[in-house]
Amino acid sequence: MRTISFAAVLAVTLTTIVPPIAMSADGDSLKTIQARGDLICGADGKRPGFSAPNSEGVWQGFDVDFCRAVAAAVLGDADKVKYIALSPAQRFPSLQSGEIDMLSRVTTLTLTRAVTLGINFAPVNFYSGTKIMVHKALNVDSALDLNGASMCIPPGSSQERAIADFFRRHNMEYNSVVIDNIKELGDAYLQNRCDGMASFEPGLALTRLRAGQTDDHVILPEDIEKEPLAPAIRGGDDQFFNIVTWVVYATFEAEEWGIDSTNVDDMLKSDNPKIQRFLGVSGDLGEKLGLSNDWAYQIVKQVGNYAEIFENNIGANAPLKLERGLNELWLNGGLHYPPPFQ
Amino acid sequence: MTALNVAPTDPVVMRAPPIERIGILRWLHKNLFNNWINTLITTALMVLLVILVPPLISWAFINSVWNSTDPQACVEAGGACWAVIAEKHRVMLFGFYPYAEQWRPFLAVVIYLGVLVITALPVFWNWRILLPLWVFGIITIITLMLGGVFGLPVIETAQWGGLPLTMIVFSGQVSVGMPLAVLLALGRRSEKLPILKTICIVVIETMRAIPPVTVLLIAAVIFPIFLPTGFDIDKMVRIVLALGFYFACLQAEVIRGGLQAVPVSQLEAGKSIGLSAWQINWLIVLPQAIRIVIPGLMNHIIQAFKNSTLVIIVGLFDILNATSASVADPQWISYFTEAYLFVALVYFSGAYSLSKYSKYLEKKFKVVSHQ
Repeated sequence: MRTISFAAVLAVTLTTIVPPIAMSADGDSLKTIQARGDLICGADGKRPGFSAPNSEGVWQGFDVDFCRAVAAAVLGDADKVKYIALSPAQRFPSLQSGEIDMLSRVTTLTLTRAVTLGINFAPVNFYSGTKIMVHKALNVDSALDLNGASMCIPPGSSQERAIADFFRRHNMEYNSVVIDNIKELGDAYLQNRCDGMASFEPGLALTRLRAGQTDDHVILPEDIEKEPLAPAIRGGDDQFFNIVTWVVYATFEAEEWGIDSTNVDDMLKSDNPKIQRFLGVSGDLGEKLGLSNDWAYQIVKQVGNYAEIFENNIGANAPLKLERGLNELWLNGGLHYPPPFQ
Repeated sequence: MTALNVAPTDPVVMRAPPIERIGILRWLHKNLFNNWINTLITTALMVLLVILVPPLISWAFINSVWNSTDPQACVEAGGACWAVIAEKHRVMLFGFYPYAEQWRPFLAVVIYLGVLVITALPVFWNWRILLPLWVFGIITIITLMLGGVFGLPVIETAQWGGLPLTMIVFSGQVSVGMPLAVLLALGRRSEKLPILKTICIVVIETMRAIPPVTVLLIAAVIFPIFLPTGFDIDKMVRIVLALGFYFACLQAEVIRGGLQAVPVSQLEAGKSIGLSAWQINWLIVLPQAIRIVIPGLMNHIIQAFKNSTLVIIVGLFDILNATSASVADPQWISYFTEAYLFVALVYFSGAYSLSKYSKYLEKKFKVVSHQ
């Protein structure tokens, strides 16, 4: 036992000699990132479709692709991202302290967060919301047909209140089955304890996925509560704020012009001046941001346009099979509306 | 007249005992059906087993898929999808440690287990063997994991994960905690240093009154706020130190129990041959005290092993958290049960070995048992 204790003391002394993480709390984020050669991105790490490792430990997902897009724009290489997995409690302190350059972790944009935390939100890249999923056997295609239904709802949540408001507003009755744990809530719904389940839309898709048969459940189109998700960066750095903002817009813009990762090289030869400016063939949009002029080209080439990011991670080409809905471009009735690139 | 003690004239024929008094029947009768309550319980449990075991076997073995890189095979088979473990084992075992470099944590785990096994064997209980062994082990493990020398790329602690992280958090807190626990226990018992004694009592009682999750959150989130700007202690080091400190305060009370069980005459004997207070504690009291409380100490050590999963709260990816990340892959998301069973097996082997070793130590030191 004496031997063990001594070895123990030694172990302590040696394990504490570990160099601290380099900090870059204030100053020019762009310079820091370019000098470092990596973008440090805070993400969730176990959120299917948004950020999770694949079997080779490579981070993948919708949130991850926005980190990759920023890296492509800033460093010219989408793979130069270091990911830090963050819990909900850690995400803001981690951004504030400078541990990460950018937060891309299913974070809802709210006034309080935008104003009081000393952080800035980039444009919303995913309009999500609380929605209702029902068993297909019910033959219901609108939440307005749910009078008298029993609903599985997480307690004390904004969802619970939103559901109550929604049903009252439409003069409908419902029975609530309130279950705390989201997994158990899903199980209860899948075991037919309720007609419908209310949750954050990707959470519904996940429950549907876990059931195995995606066709047996329908997510109804009505938005019960708004959940706009956006990447965030530390406040006080206007240049980097502009970069992340316009990286998000660039993914929309590319979709608007039909530029995707497969045809972007052909598009370089386009004689449309807008596309030429966007891809950096002419003009100096990149330089204005402090980047190289082919920044948008790199994003589209290495990561893809918004449609590709959406469909490959959470949409039609992915197991989650979420509908575009509000996340369509404005041209198709959605909310994504990139300001002019000029 | 009949004699009282007449030897029987016929030889006694040895008869076999009644059938219910021997072998398995006797055992069954004595242990499972000796009265109506036990008979009822036995029958009920047997019915339960008959109901539960066949589906379990068909799930785990008959309809299961052991080897497939395509989750569709599991969907078709309908049983357990053990293939998820083969598919995801790299992420489960090493978390977000860069894939190409994962031979490093693998080697680190092998070295760690080697050092641990050697340390556990009494044959090697000798300073001249263990000291160099641990110095070598720790330096090698840190070098392997952290890199930066011999052409190994630097892998920051934020990217460490999986089994090596569990192992570091566990051994780290025990290594920090054990010596500190001894000091705290001695401090709390000290008669001549009342201020030290008060400090020890306050520290121990405060820490014992706080849940470990709070300690972790303070170390991970609150503590850095108090550090001067630009100065940071690595998060993992902070967490290991905090958990170690917490462990020490719990363990100190166990050791205090041992100290109090050592008869006063032992101390007096030490004094009578002119030993200093430290010598008495180090040579006479502590060795006896620790022997007495081996089961209690081991209890907390096993708990520390299992508590290491709490680091999930502050976003470290120990083996449990890495596993939940690995099954966040939408393709395999339905098969989290199998993955978690695997982790349960890892924890069980660890905790069971520790408890067996504790039994062995107890026997070896012939601790007076209450039985």
